[in-house]
Amino acid sequence: MSMFRRQGDRYVATFAVDEVRVLRKVASEVVGLLTDGFDHTDPVVGRLFPDAYPEDPAGTAEFRRYTEGDLKTAKIDQAGAILAALPDSAGGEVRLDAEAAEAWLRALNDARLAMGVRLEIKDGTDLGEELDDAVAEDPTSSRVFQLSVYAYLGYLQESLLNALID
Amino acid sequence: MGGMAAPQVAPVETPDTDEVPVSDRPWVTIVWDDPVNLMTYVTWVFQKLFGYSREKAEKLMLDVHHKGKAVVSTGARERMEHDASQLHAYGLWATVERS
Repeated sequence: MSMFRRQGDRYVATFAVDEVRVLRKVASEVVGLLTDGFDHTDPVVGRLFPDAYPEDPAGTAEFRRYTEGDLKTAKIDQAGAILAALPDSAGGEVRLDAEAAEAWLRALNDARLAMGVRLEIKDGTDLGEELDDAVAEDPTSSRVFQLSVYAYLGYLQESLLNALID
Repeated sequence: MGGMAAPQVAPVETPDTDEVPVSDRPWVTIVWDDPVNLMTYVTWVFQKLFGYSREKAEKLMLDVHHKGKAVVSTGARERMEHDASQLHAYGLWATVERS
């Protein structure tokens, strides 16, 4: 698994081809969710665009009217920052400046939030246990793959954050 | 929140707002706990967005984690809506209410 590290004013990671493929897939899925597939009744959209006034639907609607367009553009742009920095087809190095690194952090977080809703990650969820259970049930299942990707994104996000804070 | 176990912190006194008329009370932005966001990430967002010191940001993050929510900013309603929308851009679960 790759980790980000700091090199001068750049944040650098070298990705294997499978990692590039996974990152491209999750970033594209976020873009898809925010464009063609945008649907407020989807719980993932509900998590990425929370109700500002849970007790006041009219207040929430008004808030959305003023903020949602910009928020959607920001989220599409940050997912786009991942797509733009990835090597074309094979694996390879990704070098980010501070601005791109922050866009990656937010985009990785959006992808994890989306997957967390689909995978029904709860407060006490032990990822290792979930993964063991899923493997025991069917090692080739999509849940095994999704849980592994979710864990991987968290690890990658944390490495980038540590490199930024360092 | 995800991440490693955090040390317990003492509860903080919240100011008593009962005496102040509703219309004079400021608005607040609240961040709620969620199972996905990393604790280190939440602390970083508070520092980044509000310019809070690492200590203050960490304390707020721990409040969110242990109490389920924390007030992260206070002020005019428009300002709080701006803060909430910024927090949403970072993926934090933020709401606005009158304090």
